Amino acid sequence: MANIELKNLHKSYGAVHVIKGIDLEIKSGEFMVFVGPSGCGKSTLLRLISGLEAISDGELLFDGEVVNNVIPSKRGIAMVFQSYALYPHMTVYDNMAFGLKLAKTTKQEMKERVLNAARMLQIEDLLERLPKQLSGGQRQRVAIGRAIVRDPKVFLFDEPLSNLDAALRVATRLEIAKLHHDMQDTTMVYVTHDQVEAMTLADRICVLRDGIVEQVGTPSELYESPASIFVAGFIGSPKMNFLTGKFADEFNCDTLGIRPEHIEIVDEDNSDKLWTGKVIHAEDLGSDNYLYLEIGADEPLVVRQAGKLKIANGTKVNLRPQNANLHKFNQQGKPAL
Amino acid sequence: MSNSSLENGTKHRHKTSNSLSLQQQRVRAAFWFLAPMIVMLFCVAAWPLLRTIYFSFTDTSLTSLYEGEWVWFKNYLSYRELSSGRVIWRGTLADPAWWNAVWNTVRFSFVSVSIEAVLGILVALVLNAEFKGRGLVRAAILIPWAIPTIVSAKMWGWMLNDQFGIINDALLKIGLIDHKIAWTASIDTAMISVLIVDVWKTTPFMALLCLAGLQMIPKDVYEAAKVDGVHPVKVFFKVTLPLVRPALMVAVIFRILDALRIFDLIYVLTPNSKATKTMSIISRENLFEFDKFAYGSAQSTLLFAIIAIFVAAYIWLGKVDLGGKDER
Ligand SMILES: Nc1ncnc2c1ncn2[C@@H]1O[C@H](COP(=O)(O)OP(=O)(O)O)[C@@H](O)[C@H]1O
Ligand SMILES: [Mg+2]
Repeated sequence: MANIELKNLHKSYGAVHVIKGIDLEIKSGEFMVFVGPSGCGKSTLLRLISGLEAISDGELLFDGEVVNNVIPSKRGIAMVFQSYALYPHMTVYDNMAFGLKLAKTTKQEMKERVLNAARMLQIEDLLERLPKQLSGGQRQRVAIGRAIVRDPKVFLFDEPLSNLDAALRVATRLEIAKLHHDMQDTTMVYVTHDQVEAMTLADRICVLRDGIVEQVGTPSELYESPASIFVAGFIGSPKMNFLTGKFADEFNCDTLGIRPEHIEIVDEDNSDKLWTGKVIHAEDLGSDNYLYLEIGADEPLVVRQAGKLKIANGTKVNLRPQNANLHKFNQQGKPAL
Repeated sequence: MSNSSLENGTKHRHKTSNSLSLQQQRVRAAFWFLAPMIVMLFCVAAWPLLRTIYFSFTDTSLTSLYEGEWVWFKNYLSYRELSSGRVIWRGTLADPAWWNAVWNTVRFSFVSVSIEAVLGILVALVLNAEFKGRGLVRAAILIPWAIPTIVSAKMWGWMLNDQFGIINDALLKIGLIDHKIAWTASIDTAMISVLIVDVWKTTPFMALLCLAGLQMIPKDVYEAAKVDGVHPVKVFFKVTLPLVRPALMVAVIFRILDALRIFDLIYVLTPNSKATKTMSIISRENLFEFDKFAYGSAQSTLLFAIIAIFVAAYIWLGKVDLGGKDER
């Protein structure tokens, strides 16, 4: 159990200001995901929490106690690195047991803990192998296993899936979700640049941009009421459509956001029709169709259609955005009232 | 039917066109690239070696290089029974001076390479840490290695001089010794002098090779150890050392090869001292000074054999991976 509080946290490398004052509370047992574009400071923030980097300014609290100057091993954390960080010359077993040997565990107890973790991750058959004899997915499981064995209060992941291929990524994502279910008491902090990972895993998501927090909330909060254009564009796939000019003026805002799944194709004689567009490209994903429509805006409008509706390129269609799902933003990119 | 005609077709094509397969072309190209090197190596390495081995089985002398007669193992070992019944053994293998040289060489190699390996690792660890001016220090530390041996041996010779050397002076002033020591001339300290100079000179080389090995180790492994709370000393012995071992082993091989044939440093620093005469030193004496050319050739041949055996044993025992197969 550990409740983590970040109070006005700053980090600079020399003159480079990377983390620019972050206030955040991560509740005990929560799965918190830091998401944001590459280079926004996610890893740096995670490393500040882990203690691998020194905090430049502000306070970091674990369960109400300031841990700014506590060394990593005394924070009760375990970390899974993007590059696995396995000891290349040790077997899987030794990799998992290496950090334990110091912690006054008996040999028998140590063995049990390693075997338990191995069973949990289905790597029991690999215990005698060296990391170089494993596939990427297996290596990442070993790295996760090594973290589980330590029975941490806080579990830190830094883009653990980004070196895996698409299929393995989904499988391992599931594994991590299961882990969160099995380890209810463990606080998990997970860094990713992939919003799908964030949406599927998180209890709450913290969207970072240039070293500051853009928005914190549950996945559905971020999806339904994004607090800025940045968040609106970052969360959701395919990306939200943004319309300006005369399209936005009609709704009394500077930028109008509408997700592809919230636009309906309606008949010619429907009185609710709003926009007319020509199909310029269609992507068939099997379950869904993505239509790219030229409606006279700066960029093509993307519409997501469930099912197998075939519409030929060049066809003219009439569109109606769902009124309940419009996102209006002002000039500052914040929600317009 | 159609199948067999197809086979006939390809066979036919092979026979008529005289072109080589891709594999053969590669082999041929490789041969032409290697040929100059092979010729060169034969001229400067294989031929002198074979000549030396040949001379060692003859009674050639420096004045009659082409008139030596084949004497089998006389230069290595032979015996004569006197009429009184006493047996006299002759040849290098019965020569106490030779065994003294072997002992000196092996002792020197073992001690110097051991010290250099330990110091080399330590220096490499320091150079691998991040600090201001690291690039400058890395370059500066190579200076002893860059100075020609003759120059550094002369320099140290003066510094160790018993009358006006700075080292005696300094030690006297701080009171560690109460009279001046003839470091290079005294039989007790000659070997120590040679070791000091060799360690001073070659540690940078060792450090640089170790540093290259250290830089191959991924940084995140250390971070994982840090998070796991593994003690730094344990990290060094259980993580760093095993991971630089391949680089260290190769560095040690180079140094052993070098140390076993040491000549120049000793020739300049402690000439004629029995305590430091090595195999190379006494075979040169016999070859060119004592006019026992064949005898010296036999010693050179033995030196070659000893180095070969040492290195083979080392590679075999340490399972050194010179081919780089073990790389991840
Ligand atoms: N050790 C460092 N020294 C200097 N700048 C750094 C260092 N580590 C990270 N940065 C900078 O901090 C910014 C954020 O990096 P990082 O946290 O790794 O981003 P992310 O993980 O979100 O992709 C980047 O612009 C990077 O260049
Ligand atoms: Mg990162």
